[in-house]
Amino acid sequence: MSKYTEDDLREELKTKEYEYGFFTDIESETFPIGLNEDIVRAISKKKNEPEWMTEWRLEAFKVWKAMEEPDWANVNYTKPDFQAIAYYSAPVAVDPNKTLDDVDPDLLAMYKKLGISVDEQKKMNNVAMDIVVDSVSVATTFKKTLAEKGIIFMPISEAIQEHPELVKKYIGTIVPTKDNFYAALNSAVFSDGSFCYIPKGVKCPMELSTYFRINQGGTGQFERTLLIADEGSYVSYLEGCTAPSRDENQLHAAVVELIALDDAEIKYSTVQNWYPGNAEGLGGVYNFVTKRGLCEKNAKISWTQVETGSAVTWKYPSCILKGDNSVGEFYSIAVTNNYQQADTGTKMIHLGKNTKSTIISKGISAGKSQNSYRGLVQVSARADNARNFSQCDSLLMGNECGAHTFPYIEAKNKTAMIEHEATTSKIGEDQIFYCNQRGIDTEKAIALIVNGFSKDVLNKLPMEFAVEAQKLLEISLEGSVG
Amino acid sequence: MLQIKDLHASVEDKTILRGINLEVKAGEVHAIMGPNGSGKSTLASVIAGKEEYEVDKGEILLNEEDLEELAAEERAHKGIFLSFQYPVEIPGVSVTNFIKTAINATRKAKGLADMPAKDMLKMIREKSEMLEIDRKFLSRSLNVGFSGGEKKRNEIFQMAMLEPKLAILDETDSGLDIDALRIVANGVNKLKSKDNAVVVITHYQRLLDYIVPDFVHVLLDGRIVKSGGPELAHELEEKGYDWIKEEVDA
Repeated sequence: MSKYTEDDLREELKTKEYEYGFFTDIESETFPIGLNEDIVRAISKKKNEPEWMTEWRLEAFKVWKAMEEPDWANVNYTKPDFQAIAYYSAPVAVDPNKTLDDVDPDLLAMYKKLGISVDEQKKMNNVAMDIVVDSVSVATTFKKTLAEKGIIFMPISEAIQEHPELVKKYIGTIVPTKDNFYAALNSAVFSDGSFCYIPKGVKCPMELSTYFRINQGGTGQFERTLLIADEGSYVSYLEGCTAPSRDENQLHAAVVELIALDDAEIKYSTVQNWYPGNAEGLGGVYNFVTKRGLCEKNAKISWTQVETGSAVTWKYPSCILKGDNSVGEFYSIAVTNNYQQADTGTKMIHLGKNTKSTIISKGISAGKSQNSYRGLVQVSARADNARNFSQCDSLLMGNECGAHTFPYIEAKNKTAMIEHEATTSKIGEDQIFYCNQRGIDTEKAIALIVNGFSKDVLNKLPMEFAVEAQKLLEISLEGSVG
Repeated sequence: MLQIKDLHASVEDKTILRGINLEVKAGEVHAIMGPNGSGKSTLASVIAGKEEYEVDKGEILLNEEDLEELAAEERAHKGIFLSFQYPVEIPGVSVTNFIKTAINATRKAKGLADMPAKDMLKMIREKSEMLEIDRKFLSRSLNVGFSGGEKKRNEIFQMAMLEPKLAILDETDSGLDIDALRIVANGVNKLKSKDNAVVVITHYQRLLDYIVPDFVHVLLDGRIVKSGGPELAHELEEKGYDWIKEEVDA
């Protein structure tokens, strides 16, 4: 097998270039609004899905109809009208001749602010990307390199066609259709997402990345990610999200399922920057996401998230530590500004013996926002010697925002050791003045303080993401003091 | 270098400074002494441009330029440095990262590019050696868990790095044992030159044994009521402040 060289990479990127043209304001094929069995069938048909998949969706739809939207989270919003949303939207055609001039200038400006031009994105080294715009996966780069290792990384719609045995075996096993309202909805109507399988003993040589974007107005995005790390394998997976500014609220209800078989390790990082609404709280994405991973023996799943976007976030990436000696980690930075609301955290379910979990949550609230950490550490009766360490820190800016911590602990085994630490601090005028006196202006001072506060989590991100995340924190908090 | 003319200042509608006049020339060291509550720290904060302090009357000139309209960071860019009595903690931000940010912010304000990493490291090494600062100290979070002496040494380290024109040391001797005091004072003495000036604010004469002032001023109820040479500090140490009060009241 010939070695994959940098030249090959360059060549591959060159030929992939045109596929990024989808950033433009492209025509979309959108289904009529509303949700019923026919729409579910239509989505399934559109995707040429096998019968079992269609049935699975219809079952989920039935379950969903009987469910009620949960209201226990510490967030307030007008419930979406689920009959007013289009459940399928796909770019009609990708014009290979489009240039950067055609790209949404707002988006370009955003990238510029982030220091990653679209051009740079294309060149981003060593990152295989799957891009989901609205509901359809547009491009998966690096297929060739990955295929050499036996790694499958493709849109889930393709995986259903090409690897039905894997999809059928695992989909819905970690997040069952009836798990919750949004998961059921997602199961019924998801139109795309990413699928990834790492074979036994394979260490994935590059970061795998999915980039999600809601482009079309009045649509929801319901992507589904299924990631299986077979025995002894390793993968680091990145997920980025953006959406253009729109006055109406857009719904994003994703499901992510991770399976780490014996001795496998999955590192899953998210930088979520969905449109948060404007300074008056108008518009923004409702981000209702179910993410969960299962660890078999000696396996490890590590969730790292930087949540700066969305008007409302409801999200608890969790680990089921089923196998003995398995490890779950959750590192989170959640920033809320203006009228944003976030209720996020994790669940660590200790089932196996000698299982370990670590939770580090950093909440930063500014403006009139509300930021809640909600976490559950559960130790079952047979989970001898389970260990958990949780640390939840909140940083407040100004007097009108809120930070809340809701830690739940359920231990049914006497040998469990569970530690919980929490702090709340405020960016003080004294800190700002101290920085000012050293020549650092207020905006930069806040960025410095926030970055210092978030360091433990930022350090967990892969390099190229950490830089982006750091800049994102600064942008999110721009104008939050004054 | 620094001229203060009939300065009146207040905080939260409470008048603290009631007509300060002071002139500090390049190459000079001035000490401002006075009992608690006389307005020493307020004077430092007002010169540095702390927002909560309101200048009601008078003016502060730095090299002939009126500072009134300048924000605290702009004053810093012009070469004003304040060594804080109570340096603040910034968790997760290392001493190195902080000073790097401060230096590059000042350079940016002057239209200069960031200092190359190599030069920065060299400078950090030199200045930390001068102040007998351990390398490990530089990677700790700013002022978090620092002893009193470490905090003050870190302030002087920042002063050494930023090379200010006018350094105001606010109660730099408080919380220092005699060894730390010596190191800090030696640092300040090494940084002194004919082009810069130092204003030492202190309650006790102790620090002035090490940093010998050219002038000593006594601050009482927001006014400078007496000025003299270094011998004035010794007199105060011996007799306290009461005799000055009596002198003023008489």
